[in-house]
Amino acid sequence: MTTDILTATELKKYFIIGQTRWLKGKPITVKAVDNISFSIHEGETLGLVGESGSGKSTIAYTIVGMYRPTSGSLKFQGEDLFPPKRKRPLHLRKEIQIVFQDPGSSLNPRRNIKEILELPLRIHQPGKNLLEQIIHLLEIVDMPPEYMYKYPHMVSGGEKQIVAVARALATNPSLIILDEPTSALDVSVQAKTINLFLRLQSEFNLSYLFITHDLSLMRNVASRVAIMYLGKICEVAETADFFQNPCHPYTQMLLSSIPVVSEEEEALKPKKVISTGEIPSPVNIPTGCSFNTRCPFVMDICYRIDPVMVEAGKDHTVRCHLYHQPAPISNERAD
Amino acid sequence: MSSVPLLLDIKNLHVHFIVYGGRLRVLDGINFYMHDGEKVGLVGETGCGKTTTMKTILRVLPMPPAHIPQGEIFFKGRDILKMNNTSLQQVRGRGIAMIFQDPTAALNPVFNIGEQMGAVIKHSAIRGKRSSHQEVHQQAISSLQEVALADPERLLRSYPIQLSGGMRQRVCIGMALSTRPELLIADEPGTSLDVTIQDQVLRLIRTLVEEKNTSIILITHTLGIVRELTDRVYVMYAGNMVEVAPTKKLFANPRHPYTQGLLSTVPRLTGGGIASGIPGRIPDYLNPPAGCRFHPRCTYVMDICRAQKPALFRPDQDHEVACFLYQDQPKDATTP
Repeated sequence: MTTDILTATELKKYFIIGQTRWLKGKPITVKAVDNISFSIHEGETLGLVGESGSGKSTIAYTIVGMYRPTSGSLKFQGEDLFPPKRKRPLHLRKEIQIVFQDPGSSLNPRRNIKEILELPLRIHQPGKNLLEQIIHLLEIVDMPPEYMYKYPHMVSGGEKQIVAVARALATNPSLIILDEPTSALDVSVQAKTINLFLRLQSEFNLSYLFITHDLSLMRNVASRVAIMYLGKICEVAETADFFQNPCHPYTQMLLSSIPVVSEEEEALKPKKVISTGEIPSPVNIPTGCSFNTRCPFVMDICYRIDPVMVEAGKDHTVRCHLYHQPAPISNERAD
Repeated sequence: MSSVPLLLDIKNLHVHFIVYGGRLRVLDGINFYMHDGEKVGLVGETGCGKTTTMKTILRVLPMPPAHIPQGEIFFKGRDILKMNNTSLQQVRGRGIAMIFQDPTAALNPVFNIGEQMGAVIKHSAIRGKRSSHQEVHQQAISSLQEVALADPERLLRSYPIQLSGGMRQRVCIGMALSTRPELLIADEPGTSLDVTIQDQVLRLIRTLVEEKNTSIILITHTLGIVRELTDRVYVMYAGNMVEVAPTKKLFANPRHPYTQGLLSTVPRLTGGGIASGIPGRIPDYLNPPAGCRFHPRCTYVMDICRAQKPALFRPDQDHEVACFLYQDQPKDATTP
């Protein structure tokens, strides 16, 4: 029996970016996250994949509390992450930590690694021996203790990201949000960092929300994958099932676009769907299904009605009109 | 020696950068050649000298700090490094064009697309022949249509900030190809774009290049892109070419320990986890390791690797590797 560590129900985050007309105008909103429900099981890695502008990072920032959701609820082990009219309690902040995309800008250049790691320790575990704990933290992430006195600019990009991981681990969290942690790194460095993540996960029983745009990375890291497009989740499935049987046309488009290095992988890519068009501006989301501008299987209904999530298999949900239809048609289209 | 001259032939190129701390020995004797109509890939990690090599070819490297102690770059038999400015200007644009990684930085934000494209087209026009405003405009429009951009008239009046990343990169490609170059250098053309857009841009480059029979050098650190787009690959490590092979051969049977390590770290769609990567990191160019520059990270390191720089050995036909593991095989005669 898997327990959910984090559940989001009908989560919405809208940003007001302007007004249609001065004074009497209506606000212009960007629906960065629009009515999303998902859950993260304990000890798993949920992969969140999508193109830039799909709202992946907004979800991440909302979970750590950098944004307050417009509506909907976010619960961590049953506890509300956004108690009304109150700041998030300290014990919940401790449980959820984040590693950002660009380690160059998420580490303060004027502080050395010791000072960087000190702050979360002081806030969340006061009274203990700081130096000992910092050395212990560096040991956990395989970094020599003498790195303590180095400044971020003195270490390489991969090492900076490892410092960011150590900082996230300092509070002893149970959920870490990894917001494209390796997209700024080279493949060989990425491999090292990913293996560190996997080791830490089994060592400390961590759950990850792994945000990325790299599907082949997801295949090797995630236990479940969720695909996002324009603020909505369009497909969620177990990783193995997801790659064998991608249902949503957008997922198929993503998969067919990946450059691969071997023939076996080439065979896995859906051949029928090729990438066309661009992601529309999130200010003017098309009516009906938001993917209708690029979808090769677009039907009349797609322009009128926004599809809802339906089951396409065991633990496999998809938000597409193709799967609302009777079975024979969906089989033919699904490929 | 074949009678057809090589399109591009780089011989023993060294490029150093003179900085406050000393001399960075970045390119360390590079040999590179390509035939007319070939599609060549250049792969390597960040900081291995890919872009430096290509910038040297176009002579857009700021000198100083860059300094070329020795080496020759022949483009259709003429040494680019010895050219005067007039002939260099003829090579740039009509001979060699380049697409940069970041289209946002490549386009000037204060001029609209029409002005920027017009400048390129006018500059590359045949000497003495002055094209009218109308002709330039027409040519700009047809270039934009070639790269599958809708409504080129409006596009010519818009500024880079009004376009999406994918559109900007298409404009850059259109601009580069508007001069009908013989060689196109594409420096990580899809890296700053989303996967689906990257796929579109790469397919566009491929069709255009094949249509016009342009030769292309594709620089990237994404191995998958090289596999899909090129005929032959150069693998670069720390300012050295470590392996050269036809693309299919390289992916089926990588020879150099670095190439093997690099390929093993690529996450696969078929799953199966990720290898732990190559230990250590790219060397410091101020004091590069003696002998083979890869030896501190190599698992097969031998005594000779620490003392001597490996030449290119040829383990089989058209597959060249700079590694002493293959020294029993007949040694490569220099470029054909």
